[in-house]
This record gives sequence, structure tokens and C-alpha cells, in this order.
Amino acid sequence: MTLKLGVPSKGRLMEKTFDWFGARGLDIRRTENEREYAGRVEGAEGVELVLLSAGEIPRELEAGRIHLGVTGSDMVRERLASWQDSVQELTRMGFGHADLVLAVPAFWADVDTLDDLDAAAAAFRAEHGFRLRIATKYHRLVREFLREAGVADYRLVDSQGATEGTVRNGTAEAIADITSTGETLRANHLRILSDGVMHRSQATLFKSRRSDWDGGAREVWRGLGNLLGISERGDR
Amino acid sequence: MTDKAAIRAEAARLLAAFEETGAVPVEAEILQPAGTLLDLYGEDIRARAFTTDDPLQGEMMLRPDFTVPVVEAHMREGAEPARYCYAGEVFRRQEVARAGRAAETMQVGLEFFSRADPAAADAEVFALFSELLAPLGLRAAMGDIGLLTAAVEGLGASPRRRAALMRHLWRPRRFKALLDRYAGRSAVPPARKALLEGLGRRSAEELVAKAGPEIGLRSASEVVARIKALAEDAAEDRLSAAEVEVIDDLLAVRADPENALARLEDIAVDMPAMEPAAARLADRLDALVKRGVDLSAIEFEGSYGRTSMEYYDGFVFGFYAPGRPDLPPVATGGRYDALCSRLGGGRSIEAVGGVIRPGLALALTEGAP
Repeated sequence: MTLKLGVPSKGRLMEKTFDWFGARGLDIRRTENEREYAGRVEGAEGVELVLLSAGEIPRELEAGRIHLGVTGSDMVRERLASWQDSVQELTRMGFGHADLVLAVPAFWADVDTLDDLDAAAAAFRAEHGFRLRIATKYHRLVREFLREAGVADYRLVDSQGATEGTVRNGTAEAIADITSTGETLRANHLRILSDGVMHRSQATLFKSRRSDWDGGAREVWRGLGNLLGISERGDR
Repeated sequence: MTDKAAIRAEAARLLAAFEETGAVPVEAEILQPAGTLLDLYGEDIRARAFTTDDPLQGEMMLRPDFTVPVVEAHMREGAEPARYCYAGEVFRRQEVARAGRAAETMQVGLEFFSRADPAAADAEVFALFSELLAPLGLRAAMGDIGLLTAAVEGLGASPRRRAALMRHLWRPRRFKALLDRYAGRSAVPPARKALLEGLGRRSAEELVAKAGPEIGLRSASEVVARIKALAEDAAEDRLSAAEVEVIDDLLAVRADPENALARLEDIAVDMPAMEPAAARLADRLDALVKRGVDLSAIEFEGSYGRTSMEYYDGFVFGFYAPGRPDLPPVATGGRYDALCSRLGGGRSIEAVGGVIRPGLALALTEGAP
């Protein structure tokens, strides 16, 4: 029995993940063939690498098919219902920073807070006959955030890419998206609400509460946890 | 887990009891057009209802309740007065696993549509529910959203401020934030302050033009209009402490209905606009007593029905398993005149009704669910 570690299969997130583990004595790398999604692990016994798209890692953790997984904290919160029941946050890894923010056209001089957005949404609905549209791919996080804030008269429209362009294209009035510097938002004449940061995301190592920890995985994790310098508080 | 056949049998028994009041059993489609529900409940309904797509009819939802389709059917073809009852599954997404809440639940309901004697109709529905549920020894609670709407209408505030409060009647936090701002109890946010100061030097049009290029459907003139509205709002007098106290006192009422009424009548002395609503409550209590309801066993809460029952706008009630705050109510109901007028395109009708969860009722008779 081995412990399955899910890591992002490509891009900067993969490289940074490899670096992070490498700096802690766990050498992980992809096999020589660049097209093959397989990898090797050196520095700990019994760890099997599973290369996955970062967006699929939450689901694999929830299903218990991997024991540990690296993905953005936003992904887990967006994709898993009551995520704390199925996964545990072990450590924030200090890279892959991105904020999920709510942004409106910069020329909306009257809208700076969620209070304003709510009032503008009411006026918009009265004027146009439909609810103010917010483009996003983070449906659960945005809906929960706006419900908590008591914002009404909006609707979410799905946008899987180029979300910053939806306002100019007339398919949404506001957007909720991930940004690291805010540069793309400014270039598209959008401005973040002063209380519009919904979640500060970063790459995070998660542990599944649903996978099989008997039959060896627990022992492998004990050694790996020591190596990585992670001590758990009262869990499992 | 109580088995489905037993729940169906219990639902049939309750439905038969509803039919004895002269209610006609009606059916509703399981697939409902999403548009109507979204218009009524807003985006939140997507988190609570199952959404699907039909190639011909567009976005659809598995019915999250019967009230909307029953009201629509009545508005289309019903004659007044009318009484309907129904039994069937309703579907609610559950983000968190909780006792007594399932994605698919059987519901049995009763709806009265009538303009004559609302107090008697309220009392008849409540008394019937109370009698049917009596063997379970439940705790009954009631309230009246109409008292709060009357109090808001009675505030010495501009129509715009009153409309904003009305819009957030069912969102207590936002309601309180608005009230605090109108009363000067909370500070003006810095950006708002800067905007209003900027208005002293430039016109609203100039401020908007300077902020960025006009993009999207919300036009610069809409932004300008709201800035002007904000300036007017800033110039408006604060709500007096006494007025805000009336709302606070009303929401804090928690007593048996007779004592609650006495308290509300005291409050109405400071706000005469509440008197008709208090008189309606008095009539309802009389009608309940006439029906043999023991008022002393009921708790009246001034804030009851504000968080979970968005379409009820008058009398509201619920029955709960005592000592089990984790469970949903076994039954809920109330008056929803405004919903009818919204679904009826302005045609008004008065309606009161309620639903029972037969699955939960059965589980409670068999021991804790």
C-alpha cells in the first residue's frame, strides 16, 4: 500500500510544487517523456505521484482516490460542498497567490462597496427589467459571499474565460474573478470593490478525510509529515 | 429512515383531512420554468433548487415548492373563493448533510384563496394544522410580517429609504445596516464621503466621465442618477431615535400571543401607522380562540418568519419538535398576498396556506430521526 500524492500536471503551479517538495527533501519529477503524465518520487518510501489537472484535485480528494493533493484553496472551496467535511488543509505553500474579487466598471463612481452594488442592482433591475448580471466561473463562492452580504437582484452568468471582457461585450454588468496583480482588470476599465475580496487563494496541501488510511498509508504519511515539517492538530 | 410507502400513506391521510375542508386536490408539474422562481427568489434559489436544461423549454427547476405553481394555476383558471390541497415531492439541494433534511421530501399542503374575512381563514388553517399535529406535542410559533411592513411604512423617511428597507425585510443584517445608516448610528463610508465632497467641486456628470470610459449596459446616466440620489439621501434628516426604537422593540417581542398583542398595542401608541396591523392581529387571535386554539401554548415572535420564508408577508407560523433545533420545522405556513399579486401581474388576491412534512412527522412518532 502506498500513499497517493496528487499534484498539478503542468505549468508554473507544477514547477513550484516540485520546488516546494524538493526544498523539503522530497524529490519529485515527471518521467523523461514530456508527454507522459507519470512521475517519480525520491526521498520517501511508499509515495506514489498522481499527476492531475489542478481543477480535478478537489474531486479526487473528495472521492478518496488520492490521500494528499496540491491545489488552489479557491478550487477546493468552489468545487466541494462543505469542503471541511471531506478534506483538511495541511499547509499553505506560499505560492500561486490569487484573490477572488468582485469588480465593476471603473466609471461607476457611485459604487464602492457591496452596499452600493446592492442598491445599484435594485435600480438596474427597475430600469432594465432584469437582474444585474455578474460573470464568473466561481458560482458557489460568489453566491455564498453575496448571500452573506445580503446583496439581492443580481444573477450569475457563467464565464469560463476572458471574464474581464464580458462587461465591454455587453454580456455582464460586473465580474467576479481571480486576479493576482489587478493588471488585467485595470486594462479592461474595471475596479475592485473596496470590500470585494472574497477569498485570498494560494497553493495549499490538502489531506483527504475520505481515502483509505489503513494498510500502510498512515505510516507513510507519518514519515512524510515529519520530512515536510507538518504537525497535525488533533486530526486523525 | 422511515420508508417511502409509510410516508405516502401518512401524506394521503393528511391530504384527506385537507379535502374535508372542501379543498380540491391539485397536481403540479415536477419540472418548473426556472425564470419565474429566479424572479421571485433571486439567485439564492440556484443554491437551493436543482436546475436542469430542457432543449425546448430552456432552463428548468425541479419544483422546490408547490405554492408557486398552485398560485399560477389559480391565477390562470381558478374562480374565487378557492381551496386547494396537494401532496408530492419537493426537491431541495443540500450543501451540508443535516438531520431531517433530504434532497427529496414529501410535502402535503393546503392553500385558501379568498378575500372574505382573512382572520377567519388564518385561524382555520392554523387550527387545522394544530389539530392534525397535536399527537406529536410540537412547539408552535407565530408572527406577523405585516406589523413590520406597517412600521416601516410609518417611518418619517423618504419613499426611497422606505422602499430600500422594504426590499430587505427578509435580510435582517442588511435591514439593520440600512436602519443604522438612516439613523446616523453608523459612519458614512470613506468612499461615499469623498464622492459627496467631490460633488461640491464638479458635477456628477464630470465625476463619472473622469472615473473611466463608459462600458457595459449600465449607462453613465444611470450612474449620474444614483449619485444625485445619494446626494439627496445625504441631505435627508436622520431617523429619530424614537422611530428606530419602535422597530427594535417590535422585533424583540417574544411572548404568548395575548401578551405580545398588548405589547404591540403599546408600541403602536408611538407609531399610529401600526394600529391597523395590530387590529388585524387582534382579530386573528379572536378567531383562533373561537376555533378552540389554546393561545397560551404558542410563542409569538416579532421577528418570526423574516429569515426563511421570503414570500410570506402577513401571518406566519411554524410547528417545531421541542428540544430539536437541528431539525427543520414539521410544518410552516402563512399569508402571501404579495406573491399572488406578483405572479398575477398586478391582479391581487389574498391567500393563506401551509405545508406539512409527513416524513418528519412520522419519524418523530417513531422516535428521534
